[in-house]
Amino acid sequence: MDEDSASIAAEIGTEYKYGFHEEEKHTFRTKVGLSRETVEEISAQKNEPTWMRDFRLRALETFLKKPMPHWGGDLSHINFETITYYLRPTDAKYSNWDMVPEEIKHTYDKLGIPEDERKFLGGVGAQYDSEVVYHSLKSQWEAKGVLFLSPEEAVLRYPDLVKQYFGTIVPPGDNKFAALNSAVWSGGSFIYVPKGVKVDIPLQAYFRINAKNMGQFERTLIIVDEGAFVHYVEGCTAPIYSSDSLHSAVVEIIVKPGARCRYTTIQNWSTNVYNLVTKRAVAYQDATMEWVDGNIGSKLTMKYPAIYMLAPGARGEVLSVAFAGKGQHQDAGAKVVHCAPHTSSTITSKSISRNGGRASYRGLCKVMHGADDCRSRVVCDALILDEKSRSDTYPVIEVDAERVSVEHEASVSKISEEQLFYLMSRGLSEDEAAKMIVTGFVEPLIKELPMEYAVEMNRLIELEMEGTVG
Amino acid sequence: MSATPLLAIEDLHVKVAEKQILNGVNLSLNRGEVHVLLGQNGTGKSTLAYAIAGHPNYIVTQGRILLNGEDFLALAADERARRGVFLAFQAPIAVPGVSVANFLRTAYQARFHGAVVPATDKTGGQSSGFSVIAFQKKLLAAMKGLKIDPALASRYLNDGFSGGEKKQMEILQMALLQPVLAMLDETDSGLDLDKLQVIGEGAARLAQEHNMGVLVITHYKRLLSYIKPTNVHLLLDGRIAVSMGPELVDELEAKGFEYIKNTYAKRSA
Repeated sequence: MDEDSASIAAEIGTEYKYGFHEEEKHTFRTKVGLSRETVEEISAQKNEPTWMRDFRLRALETFLKKPMPHWGGDLSHINFETITYYLRPTDAKYSNWDMVPEEIKHTYDKLGIPEDERKFLGGVGAQYDSEVVYHSLKSQWEAKGVLFLSPEEAVLRYPDLVKQYFGTIVPPGDNKFAALNSAVWSGGSFIYVPKGVKVDIPLQAYFRINAKNMGQFERTLIIVDEGAFVHYVEGCTAPIYSSDSLHSAVVEIIVKPGARCRYTTIQNWSTNVYNLVTKRAVAYQDATMEWVDGNIGSKLTMKYPAIYMLAPGARGEVLSVAFAGKGQHQDAGAKVVHCAPHTSSTITSKSISRNGGRASYRGLCKVMHGADDCRSRVVCDALILDEKSRSDTYPVIEVDAERVSVEHEASVSKISEEQLFYLMSRGLSEDEAAKMIVTGFVEPLIKELPMEYAVEMNRLIELEMEGTVG
Repeated sequence: MSATPLLAIEDLHVKVAEKQILNGVNLSLNRGEVHVLLGQNGTGKSTLAYAIAGHPNYIVTQGRILLNGEDFLALAADERARRGVFLAFQAPIAVPGVSVANFLRTAYQARFHGAVVPATDKTGGQSSGFSVIAFQKKLLAAMKGLKIDPALASRYLNDGFSGGEKKQMEILQMALLQPVLAMLDETDSGLDLDKLQVIGEGAARLAQEHNMGVLVITHYKRLLSYIKPTNVHLLLDGRIAVSMGPELVDELEAKGFEYIKNTYAKRSA
């Protein structure tokens, strides 16, 4: 085991490194490691009804039985025994701002993050006072019958709705990390949009900021009823320092006939984090599901947003951008499964590897028997910026229906010398020219983001290109 | 009158991909002059332009290039551009995802405001005296003057552009960047007559307005009916074999390379 791996192994297994011990007497924390007792304590802390507690316990059994996946990234250093699985959300991660790593502070500076936000993002102080903004938006949504709560609240206040859908799209048995999440989930969002309601402003987890939403094991469930529309935005471009090194979220989405849902994620976890996410949506008749997925941070991300098109006219779209820098492996992609005729999907994946980073596209396009007259198009472009870096593509195409059109286009390139010279011949320095070319490369995705995110993403890419971002 | 020419090329030898292309080119060009470089394919006309612009693959093995008396060989391509050297490419490359407007604004800032304002600058560049709105107006006016469809400004640079549109883009850049030395590399190739007229007249007007020094590389006479040459050179065997006034163009057309070479090459230095 080389030096790097050894230090990572030490990090994942340890508890909070920075000045946390002072807080212990005020904090509720489960004992280290994962046991029945841990899961029961978590459920008790949330005052959950028996059915949810039992769901967790069954999931725990599943988790303990399942083997680790042997594909994707290197998961060999995760030690489940030494992780803390639950921390009551109102506790700070650091006792003070000085403890936050320099490079993180430097990035906040460069991105122009306001003072209050910096402390929160850096893990100091669990509450961000955006209550004022949030409250006025909240009342607008409530007036329309839109539910936007934490999953814990939803379990208590809308149990029937939760019971109907929770765990139906991503069952605990789906994979080891879905089972883990199902056992120890905490925080996330529960959203229900009533028939015909179109929520014009993107719902952002950011508004409900507190440590719950940035947690290790978020569980999100979104139900978009017939003819409705919602755009949900999760994450933020500023790097989030997390001393929790295992993040395993589950997102389930149901898009009913004629409805549309867009789910945008920008992930920029600090580079000690293993980010293993299961995201899956089902789209019914004439329904549209769109995943917009930006992966910038983390040590290893394994994430393949999926769309199951279950009825004719359903459409799925995935836009994915991954940036893999030093010591990073972005193993990302998408899954589109056509289960009904006359459905269509597109996947656009753009990846950039730099400074020894590794970006992989892993995708599935499956057209089931009877799903005739379907169309699918996959475009995956990789940009490798230097000789140390790496890019892989693992596409799988399975077609078992008639009159189906499936296209797969892939390209790998480096920054073209001719493009560099062209831009330099107009007065841009080599660095500026490279930045411009890279920004142009990811532009098809950037333009799909809400404006503030687009601006921040561009800034972030520029900073990444300078190599000053932590 | 100043003795220092705008552009002085002294005994220039240039190698590309291990092949010696230029073998001692001498040229002196002043502001307000239009020099035409003629020669058969592969003789090194574009090579000269690329060497002046500073393309890394074009290696100067001997000789000097001076702009306003300053040694150019010590400078990188972007530094040369910021001093006002402009090359209108024969086959401009596409840069997907980068809009024409964004690109032009960035190049303009580099040329006139010393440095490109980073995106993180919250003043929108005001700190360096640059105004986005003022630039936007300039851009639209320039596009109008060259009869370029304003919709092109939001398209990605040269991406999916026709040959004519790409050439228009080059001259648009020339209009905004106002170089002191403009090199036009086969700007007339692939253009239909209408576009040629607009571009030709546009380039001529710009050159005159800003008293530019112009180097035109071409095979054909057509462009020269809009941009009137003051000096005409024939490039042969990696050297300038013949230098004369505008009459050389007609003579070459009428009598061909061999005749010109045999008649004049011995006479010129």
